[in-house]
Amino acid sequence: MKDQRFKIAHREALIGIGLVIINFAIWFGFAYGLGAGDPADYSYVFGFPAWFFYSCIAGTGFMILLIWIVMKLFFKEVPFDDEEEGR
Amino acid sequence: MHWQVVFPLLLFLIIIFGIGIWANKHIRSSDSFLQEYFLGGREMGGFILAMTMIATYGSASSFIGGPGVAYTKGLGWVLLAMAQLPAGYFVLMILGKKFAIIARRYQAITLIDFLRERYKSHVIVILSAISIIVFLFSAMMAQWVGGARLIESLTGLNYTTALFIFAISVLVYVIIGGFRAVALTDTVQGSIMVIGTVILLIGTIVAGGGIDNIMASLVAENPNFVSPFGAEGDLTPLYVSTFWILIGVGVVGLPQIAVRAMSYKDSKSMHQAIIIGTIAIGTIMFGMHLIGVLARPVLPGIDIGDKVMPLLTLKVLPPFLAGIVLAAPMAATMSTVNALLMLVSSTVVKDIYLHYMKPKASNAEIKRASFVVTTVIGLAVIVFALNPPDLLVWLNLFAFGGLEAVFIWTVILGLYWKKANKYGAIASMISGMSLYITIDRFYPSVFGMHTVTIPIVASFFIFVIVSLATSHKFKDEQLMI
Repeated sequence: MKDQRFKIAHREALIGIGLVIINFAIWFGFAYGLGAGDPADYSYVFGFPAWFFYSCIAGTGFMILLIWIVMKLFFKEVPFDDEEEGR
Repeated sequence: MHWQVVFPLLLFLIIIFGIGIWANKHIRSSDSFLQEYFLGGREMGGFILAMTMIATYGSASSFIGGPGVAYTKGLGWVLLAMAQLPAGYFVLMILGKKFAIIARRYQAITLIDFLRERYKSHVIVILSAISIIVFLFSAMMAQWVGGARLIESLTGLNYTTALFIFAISVLVYVIIGGFRAVALTDTVQGSIMVIGTVILLIGTIVAGGGIDNIMASLVAENPNFVSPFGAEGDLTPLYVSTFWILIGVGVVGLPQIAVRAMSYKDSKSMHQAIIIGTIAIGTIMFGMHLIGVLARPVLPGIDIGDKVMPLLTLKVLPPFLAGIVLAAPMAATMSTVNALLMLVSSTVVKDIYLHYMKPKASNAEIKRASFVVTTVIGLAVIVFALNPPDLLVWLNLFAFGGLEAVFIWTVILGLYWKKANKYGAIASMISGMSLYITIDRFYPSVFGMHTVTIPIVASFFIFVIVSLATSHKFKDEQLMI
């Protein structure tokens, strides 16, 4: 017995892992890539240090947008109740 | 104390009570008491699901403790707090549809129901029940204390009176309304948390004369306030990154969160909840921790971190708005406590009483037991909270990491790996918990990582190795996963 719904569920779980890896990479890359130097030399974006703006503000906005797109394109609606029970 | 500040708080309590009474009608008319009382009849839609997830997850430490630490450490602590964003989408994506389908197939009402059916082991049931009761009881006590302290500081009432006001307001609606009341009040509370965060963030930026101005003052005091490494330079990339396990992906292992992933109506609700929940958790965690940093130039010289947020609110906002914003930490605390109370009570009633002590209990007996157990646990927490311990943030994180180490692999591998068996699960639960306690007691931040890292990694390998080594015993087993 191979439940087709599980195939969808497994794929979506993998997408979740992929999203976390992207999220972590953006967060880590901008924070420590741009923020590693002397704080006196930071450049600023909209008043915030650049590392903070890209890592915490733009990065979060990007993740929300990405998640929204992924939900619309890749997540499928499936029934949760087993048919044979007929609930 | 201004009446204008107290008025929105009172209004908030009245709304919450109303919801409890309304939910109680559902319980009276439901034909399946257990499913209704402990799971709200599996009827949650997207918005409610998102709000109950984030409200359960966001606690006093997000609104009081966290901003207090951000006040002393600077933007580096906001960076750390953003590791919580995955809590908004990762949990629902990972447990996701599979957990919802299997929970219905097993007719599981508690997380332990699922584990019992999956592993068919009494040891796992007992271990899980003990960990939930011990760890979540202590988490509940910390939240109770936080809620009482908050009322104490806002109204000037003494601690004991504040504790009773807080405790009684939570107990009444949880006991009479069950999970449905908890989820619905969470929706109100979660919304207040988001709205309060936005109001206070705007108020603080205005009071500080704009972001540019505030950043300049921070740099003038100590340039490290605007670096990712913290004011003392003690936030190393490795240490901060390991918080992704503790407060990000590891949240999957928290029973109070996982149980929500089996209580929603359909997959459309789940899809909506992922988007709404991520936006809400992003707003709250980013906003509140940034507020803590911005508060420094606006309100210098505060020694006790927990006082930053309440004092700042009273300083930068007009009284009525301050009342709404101060309802947010109350809401955060209540919405965490009510979920924990529900979970501990369902563990005692469903997994212990009904399963081991009185399997043939009648509907009336189950009802009475549920009300009595919930009440007794609630009152017991009050007694312990009367003599409260300090350091809210760390106590909360302790109950957090320990539970994650126990449950994360047992739940995830149980769902997705056919070869996962009870021996692997038991070995992983015991080693996860004992490693967590050992490391926390004797080697905190071992190798510069947060305590939770090694227990979670090690318990994964132990689970896999033990399961594979004992797999010959399970050759003929038919699994429904």
